[in-house]
Amino acid sequence: MRKDYKLERRKFVIGGFVVLIAAIFVARLFALQVGEGKYKEHADSNAFLRRTVYPARGLIYDRKGRLLVYNRPAYDVMLVPRDVKEFDTLAFCKVVRLSIEEFRERWAAMKDVRKNPGYSDYTPQKLLSQISEEEYGRLQEKLFEFPGLFVQKRTLREYTYPNAGNVLGNIRDVSAADLENDRYYRPGDYTGDLGVEKSHEKHLRGVKGVEILMKDANGRVQGKFEDGRHDKAPVSGRNLTLSLDMELQAYGEQLMQGKIGAIVAIEPETGEVLALVSSPGYDPSLLIGKQRGAHYAELVQDPYKPLYDRALQAGYPPGSTFKPTQGLIFLQEGVITPSTMYPCYHGYINGLRVGCHGHGSPIALKPALQTSCNAYFCWGFKNMIDKRGTKVTNQFDKWKDYMVQMGYGYKLGIDLPHEGRGFIPNSAFYDKARKGKWSGNSIISVSIGQGEVLATPLQIANLCATVANRGWFRTPHIVKEVEDTVLDASFIEKRRPAIDRKHYETIAEGMRMAVLGGTCRGAALPGIEVCGKTGTAQNPHGKDHSAFIGFAPYHNPKIAVCVYVENAGFGATYGVPIGSLIMEKYLTGDISPARKGLEERMMNANTIISSGVKKH
Amino acid sequence: MQTLSSAAGSKNTDTGVSVFRSLDWFTVGLYLLLVVGGAISIYAASYDFDNASMFDMSEFSGKQFMWIGISLLVGLSLLLIDSRLYEAYAYPIYGVVLLLLVITIFIAPDIKGSRSWLVFGPISLQPAEFGKFATALALAKLFDSYNFNLNGKKSDYMRALIIIFLPVMLILMQKETGSALVYFSLFFVLYREGMSGLVLCAVLGAITYFVVAVKYTEPLLLGIPAGEFAVFLIISLVFLGMLAFYCRDFIIARNVILGFLASGAIVGTLAAFGIIVNGKVFFLSLLGAGCSYVAIVMFRYKIQKFVITIATVVLSVGFLFSVNYVFGHVLQPHQQMRIKVALGIVEDLRGVGYNVNQSKIAIGSGGLTGKGFLNGTQTKLKYVPEQHTDFIFCTIGEEEGFAGSVTVLTLFVALILRIIHLAERQRNAFGRVYAYCVASFLIFHVCINIGMVMGLCPVIGIPLPFFSYGGSALLGFTILLFILLRIDAARNERI
Repeated sequence: MRKDYKLERRKFVIGGFVVLIAAIFVARLFALQVGEGKYKEHADSNAFLRRTVYPARGLIYDRKGRLLVYNRPAYDVMLVPRDVKEFDTLAFCKVVRLSIEEFRERWAAMKDVRKNPGYSDYTPQKLLSQISEEEYGRLQEKLFEFPGLFVQKRTLREYTYPNAGNVLGNIRDVSAADLENDRYYRPGDYTGDLGVEKSHEKHLRGVKGVEILMKDANGRVQGKFEDGRHDKAPVSGRNLTLSLDMELQAYGEQLMQGKIGAIVAIEPETGEVLALVSSPGYDPSLLIGKQRGAHYAELVQDPYKPLYDRALQAGYPPGSTFKPTQGLIFLQEGVITPSTMYPCYHGYINGLRVGCHGHGSPIALKPALQTSCNAYFCWGFKNMIDKRGTKVTNQFDKWKDYMVQMGYGYKLGIDLPHEGRGFIPNSAFYDKARKGKWSGNSIISVSIGQGEVLATPLQIANLCATVANRGWFRTPHIVKEVEDTVLDASFIEKRRPAIDRKHYETIAEGMRMAVLGGTCRGAALPGIEVCGKTGTAQNPHGKDHSAFIGFAPYHNPKIAVCVYVENAGFGATYGVPIGSLIMEKYLTGDISPARKGLEERMMNANTIISSGVKKH
Repeated sequence: MQTLSSAAGSKNTDTGVSVFRSLDWFTVGLYLLLVVGGAISIYAASYDFDNASMFDMSEFSGKQFMWIGISLLVGLSLLLIDSRLYEAYAYPIYGVVLLLLVITIFIAPDIKGSRSWLVFGPISLQPAEFGKFATALALAKLFDSYNFNLNGKKSDYMRALIIIFLPVMLILMQKETGSALVYFSLFFVLYREGMSGLVLCAVLGAITYFVVAVKYTEPLLLGIPAGEFAVFLIISLVFLGMLAFYCRDFIIARNVILGFLASGAIVGTLAAFGIIVNGKVFFLSLLGAGCSYVAIVMFRYKIQKFVITIATVVLSVGFLFSVNYVFGHVLQPHQQMRIKVALGIVEDLRGVGYNVNQSKIAIGSGGLTGKGFLNGTQTKLKYVPEQHTDFIFCTIGEEEGFAGSVTVLTLFVALILRIIHLAERQRNAFGRVYAYCVASFLIFHVCINIGMVMGLCPVIGIPLPFFSYGGSALLGFTILLFILLRIDAARNERI
């Protein structure tokens, strides 16, 4: 057959067609592979399962090395909604012992964006919290029947003592606010709530690790991506050693049974808090596990407010425990010398009257502390504030500055959340409240810790520690040591009010005298030189509050304590005995047989009935 | 017959040497690159976390290497046979393969709805894969027969079509639609051998009409779907274009154009007054009037060349009306779905669209240079079903990226263009037609397979030649190619 050259040209049509198609394919390939980035993401979200590996939360010990808080494994049932294939819901419910209604409820709650703000089809979501070890065992065996579900091992807290709930705190699920404020958190994480769990969250939580797993088209995990080369191991949280002496804390809580109030004990030398009792307290283990929500609601509704940390938050009228601060200011300001005497005829009478108790007159500073003379401090206050040739406002603000230096009026800066600041007024406050017409005389009750001033038990205890140290203190703190970390400098530096050491010596002597032969006689301990000061604070809620501050031994003090019992009457009635028992317990490790009766009386005493608060 | 075989026998030793001297080693090289690349890709596609060797016989890649070995042996044997025997036995071979296809319909077990596999113990073969070279041989033989003229006698045309469609029917009866469609690519051969270009244009036009009419179904103007409107518009334009092309003095075309414009203006004015004319009626009457006018002119002046024009319009409109029927009633639901997915009408990511979507993700995630051999997550984690067979190309796309994909594509284009080149250097119609058959089959397979993997055309289950896992396909394509190589090697042996 002859070659037809006209037809041969058709090879270009066919060849051209091939080249055209190839060009279209190259363009398409370019668009898919180089142009669009979304396919890479699709492939990654197909293949990679980024599973968080949770670090063990740091353990918490007390100052004597007793383990207070440790971890217990808990198991959350998680799922990535997109990966979930249909499964036998009934079988699942049977495994985890759930009714089908509860399951539906949980499912709906998980998908509800209002209840679960972090919901997304593509990220792991928590279906069930904290299933038991046994349920976990059964589920693990049958997990393959529920494609898309997996179990996330977490840690829950376990407490060795039922005490110090206010100090230790607990952990809870993160809130929407937590998620927003800290990118560390993912929905379903836990975070510290209250106590050191909250304030030292960043130390305790550690660093989350991540495991990059590969899952196949059926959702089965097929091993680690590149043998785990891109994984990140979790870093365990740091262990905390508290300055708390758990035995002392527990003892304090026992003494405060049936009472409302607080005990704060500080080691003066270091500023370490030895005990921080808020009564009534609560067992921290109430707030773990599945029952947390119910128990939390109960605690919130309790009329005695166990969640309210009175030791840190409550602003109480300091009453006569305030007198040492006044003596110090007057001495420093030269208003008085240790030998200055003021008259007291059953009180301060200068247009108004502040009552006092029977003791000799005139009286000097130390005996005035010994007998808790109101008139002495009223005169001193009047003479300072209303000093001739000075302005009231200037003098009062000077007074206020001393108070602030001594740790009143502002937060001390303890490493616990929710510290209160008490209240120390300044001149502007009175200018406003009294419309400019005021003098030292008209606000005289401030000088005896009444009136407008308020202080937290922690601030009062800190004052006591400052006297014990004769003029300085370290910011009280609850954590003695964070594993592999240096303690914050603010807890190591000495803070010195601008008051001479010798004046503190005078005050300490006065407080020693109060124990030897004054209002604090009940605080005397055999073989230990105790110093103290009582306080009886009038308040608008009923019976007087009973307060006491004390430190011991007189020389080289080891403990400074503040006891505050609401509506319990005279300072000597409850404050003094409880404070002395705390000091004795801490210093000797036991209570002398002669004082066992007192101990028992204190433990059994109930002043809660006179608080006026009724339990519903 | 006796003398022929003895003559061939005596010459065997000579050809045995000379065949390697005149063999087209370029094609052989491309072939080897493709099959080895294929086997390596199969290893990657079936690779999982238990790292077995590439040559492990329990692995797909190991088996594929075995099939490559067998194919090479078969290919070598084919080279050693006298090329004249292929021509001489073309019809018998065709007959035997047809018989095999018939037998298969009856004895093949039902595998996923198709009866196309013959099972011999551990080995399964798909006779449809051997239909290609047999049909190519028969068609080549037919075109080479004395006095054959495609455009001369209608019976010659019929014979060619019968040779093509006999295997199509048999394969359709095996429920292997994809493999049957492949034979339509032989229209390229008919085109090369003289079939009117209009047929190709008609096929292209039909595909365009189909796609446009099926894809754009939302109502647009004059109450008819946008797709149909567009098709009517295209038909009108083609009509006018053909008139203008065939009519030297332009008067007829001008009259029709003026008529169309006037009608359009009237309908537009009516529409402005709120009277909507049904679009279908409008276009039909317009085209009808146009065709009638042309027919009248044609009869009066005895101008025959407008026959094609009128036929085009009538067939086009007829096709348009049958599209919806064909799509809705003739095609199986899964076929409709595949077409809808390819046209982007539906996504159906959990059903028909799943494969294509995952395949696109695999290819798209490869980027410029790919994730590296055995590092494709889509591949390794089995997100693309059938990846070692029909979807093998996405392994290249994911692990070797744009660079690798274009390389493979280039190899195929080079092979096809080389075969066209071989075809044109044959000295007789037998060699040329056979070579064009090979090229056509490859064009169809490569276009449809790679197009489907990238989501450009509907999913049709046909393998990527030389690449996809499967002994029958590899053997079938090897035979197809090596017979061509043998025929080409002998092009200088005889005049």
